[in-house]
Amino acid sequence: MEAVAIPPFERFYVEHRDVVLGFLRKRMGREAAEDAFQETFLRALRGYDRLEHGEHLRSWVLTIAARLAIDASRRARPAANELPELPVEDGRPAYAQIEHLAGGLPPTERAALVLRYAYDLSYDDIAVALDSTPEAARQAASSGVRRLRAQGGPTHDLLS
Amino acid sequence: MTFSADLDRRFREAAAAEGLLDVGFDVVESPIGPLLVAATDRGLARIFFDAEPELHLDRLARAYGPRVLRSAHLVDAAHRQLDEYFAGERSVFALDVDLRGAAPFAQQVLGELARVPYGQTTTYGTLATKVGAPRAARAVGTVMNRNPIPIVLPCHRVVGASGSLTGYAGGLDVKERLLRLEGALL
Repeated sequence: MEAVAIPPFERFYVEHRDVVLGFLRKRMGREAAEDAFQETFLRALRGYDRLEHGEHLRSWVLTIAARLAIDASRRARPAANELPELPVEDGRPAYAQIEHLAGGLPPTERAALVLRYAYDLSYDDIAVALDSTPEAARQAASSGVRRLRAQGGPTHDLLS
Repeated sequence: MTFSADLDRRFREAAAAEGLLDVGFDVVESPIGPLLVAATDRGLARIFFDAEPELHLDRLARAYGPRVLRSAHLVDAAHRQLDEYFAGERSVFALDVDLRGAAPFAQQVLGELARVPYGQTTTYGTLATKVGAPRAARAVGTVMNRNPIPIVLPCHRVVGASGSLTGYAGGLDVKERLLRLEGALL
C-alpha cells in the first residue's frame, strides 16, 4: 500500500484546528488554551518537513497539544499542593516511556494507547483523534496493551 | 464552537515571523481580479490569476516543500508594490524573485523579460535574439506561457511580430488592460 501523502500544511491546519482548540479549551480553560493552540501548531510546523507519511495526523497533532497541556499543568501546580509525580523511570517522564514502548505497534493501536495512557485522553477524545468511535478507540488501546504484554516487553506499571 | 479569526491570524503571523514556512501565500485584490501571490524566503515565487488557494496548494508543496501556509507576511512587499503598480504609481518592481525549478533557458529568458521597460512592448523574436537564440521565438513563447510570476515579470509586454497580442495566461482582455494601464496601447 502506498504511504498517505503529507498534505500541504495549510490543509492540515484548517482540517484540525477546531478539534485542537476544542481539546485544549476542555483541558486548560479558554485563555491558556489560546497560547497552547499557537504553540501546538508552531511545533507541528517545526516537525512537519520531517514527517515520513501523512497518516494519523490528527492524533499526531493532538499528542503535541496534550503534551503542552501536561507541561502547562505541571508548571501551574503550586508546589505546596504537589501531587505525587507520575512514575519516572530511566529519568524519563511516563509519557515519553510509553511512546517509546509503543513505537513498534501498528499505527492505530499505537496512537490509541499513547493517547490513553501517556496523555490521559478520554476515549471520546481519542475517537475524535482517530476519526473513529469511542468503542473502537478503547479496543485499539487494549489490543495494543495485549500485544505489548505478549511481546514480553517491560511494560512496568505504566499501562495500568 | 466558532474558531477565532484573531487566533488564526496570530498563528499565521507567528509561523511566518519564525521563518518556519517553505512558502507563504495570500490573495491580493486587484483591478483585474483577485491574484494568489506566493513567496519563499528567497523572494516572490508565483502569481496565479485564479486565486482559489485549494487549486494551488499541492503544486506549491511539490515545488517548495510541504510547509505551505496562507500568511500575509511573506508576500507583504509584493502586495504593496502590486497595489502601487495598479494605482499607476509604480513602473518598476523592486522585488527578489525565486525562480528555482525553472530550466536554465527559461531563467535566462525571464531575466531578459524583466528588462523590458514599463509601457513598451517587444516581440518573442526580439527576446529570442537577446538571449542568443534568434530562432527560438517559439520556445520563448512557451516560457512566456509558463511564466511563474506574470505582471511582475512582464510577459504582457511581449506581442507577436505583427503587433497582435497573441496569448496570455490571464486572458487576452487582461493583457490588454495591463498594456493600457501602462500607456502602451491607446
